[in-house]
Amino acid sequence: MEQAQETLLREFEEKIECGFAIEPKDKMPAGYRKHLIRQMSQHAHSEVIGMQPEGNWVTRAPSLRAKQILLAKIQDEGGHGLYLYSAAETLGVSRDELIEQLHTGKAKYSNIFNYPTLSWADIGAIGWLVDGAAIVNQVSLQRTSYGPYSRAMVRICKEESFHQRQGYEIMAKMMAGTADQKAMAQDAMNRWWWPSLMMFGPHDSDSPHTGDAFRWKIKRHSNDELRQKFIDKTVQQAEVIGLTIPDKDLKWNEAKQCYDHGEINWEEFYRVIGGDGPCNKQRMEHHIRVHNEGAWVREAAEAYRAKQQYSKNA
Amino acid sequence: MTQQQALYNYALRLGDNSLILSARLSEWCSNAPFLEEDLALTNMALDLIGRAQAMLKYAGEVEGKGRTEDDLAYRRGERDYYNHLIMELPNGDFAYTMVRQLFVSTYELFFFEELQKSTDATLAAIAAKTLKEVKYHHLHAKDWVIRLGDGTAESNARVQKAVNALWMYTGEMFEMDHADTMLLKEGIAVNTDNLKLGWIQMVTQILALANIDLPADGYMQTGGRKGIHTEYLGHILSEMQYLQRAYPDATW
Ligand SMILES: [Fe+2]
Ligand SMILES: [Fe+2]
Ligand SMILES: [Fe+2]
Repeated sequence: MEQAQETLLREFEEKIECGFAIEPKDKMPAGYRKHLIRQMSQHAHSEVIGMQPEGNWVTRAPSLRAKQILLAKIQDEGGHGLYLYSAAETLGVSRDELIEQLHTGKAKYSNIFNYPTLSWADIGAIGWLVDGAAIVNQVSLQRTSYGPYSRAMVRICKEESFHQRQGYEIMAKMMAGTADQKAMAQDAMNRWWWPSLMMFGPHDSDSPHTGDAFRWKIKRHSNDELRQKFIDKTVQQAEVIGLTIPDKDLKWNEAKQCYDHGEINWEEFYRVIGGDGPCNKQRMEHHIRVHNEGAWVREAAEAYRAKQQYSKNA
Repeated sequence: MTQQQALYNYALRLGDNSLILSARLSEWCSNAPFLEEDLALTNMALDLIGRAQAMLKYAGEVEGKGRTEDDLAYRRGERDYYNHLIMELPNGDFAYTMVRQLFVSTYELFFFEELQKSTDATLAAIAAKTLKEVKYHHLHAKDWVIRLGDGTAESNARVQKAVNALWMYTGEMFEMDHADTMLLKEGIAVNTDNLKLGWIQMVTQILALANIDLPADGYMQTGGRKGIHTEYLGHILSEMQYLQRAYPDATW
């Protein structure tokens, strides 16, 4: 038995080594399945919880066009949540179970959405920085070893780069605007910069899941590599529109041909993950409340479906 | 009232109806009973913003004072808004929103079918585009009202309650004022009197499929066309217009 397991694992890893994609019906080690469910559901929940901070500005968007763009963006994020839930379902777990895990705290979502959106510039900052950071991560996941996940990422990435441009456009417009607008934009930058860097997770030296995820090609680049990529592309974009990066230690490293950055506040990172971020409770209570308030609708739809089925069969 | 003023009012009112209903529908964003429905409601809110944009832009052009669709949406007070009251009522529960969607989209199905034939080319073109969207909104609302009405005892009771509460706001959609009659003569406006029978027949039929009783005839609320609104509109506008009002020199 043990030996069969080992053979299975060896064959599986050889397949991955050769660059084959793993599909839902393929044999896979329990650890691989578990790792993917955890990662994909966390990703799906992030898309969905992320609708809340942006949704906070839907009724206050400052022009018809701005409102259209924001609503369409939030709708895209909801759509990403749907693809990812469906992709996770191919691993034999239902959306209901995944939502249950979210509500009991067993499943996580991206920490970034535990921060509040306090001004319209935050909508720009989220699109530009948060979606910008997500893209760096997700581009590398387009080649992840699990087929349905990698295909979902290809679709999602196209839309995310659109979001990033639209967010940047909001920031650029505000930086070209009145003194109040500039101050709002810089304030948003100051509040969102560090949490965006934290989106890539702990330093490689402290990252617990790294080993298996790399060998199984779920993860293709390390946290620090991805974070560096994000910083390097974003610093110049900030300069172009006159925003200051709130890091006094940030400077170009000629030898390494990339930016060195200051120390990330890991204490804050772990505190927010641990549940004491500014909005953790609000986000979760909102999701649970809406889910519970919708229960009668889902029950009614199910009852109606069952009746139709019954009269069809009768 | 000149014909130009009448046309301005007409386009403005159509724009306001779309804008205010879109404001309400967009409040469902991240609040719907499940994800697919969240996306569907957002989709309809987006259709309505697009329609509002087109109508308000045209109203501004007709007025000829250089006001844009955003000026009209974000810099007008509640007494100068002319939407029907039904659009501004708070969302209530999902049944309430769906019953409103049914009443409004059924009306719009008939209305835009006629407005397509308007002698005003701009209104006719907007109507033709709108009709495609409205057909989907109607199907969606009808489907839900039937499912909920014929679902569980609870969902049936919620739909019945919503129908009873919203009924008195349906009469306003069929009112004809001076601007309407003036434009009707030119073949620009729709004679909403002629839409009543079709509307009531279709609604009756759908509510019957949903096991819902039609309310008795009673008083119909009115006022939107004169800019006399419910207490709710002011709050929609104060949120919507906040940035434009707080930073009047800014562009976004
Ligand atoms: Fe995202
Ligand atoms: Fe997304
Ligand atoms: Fe996005």
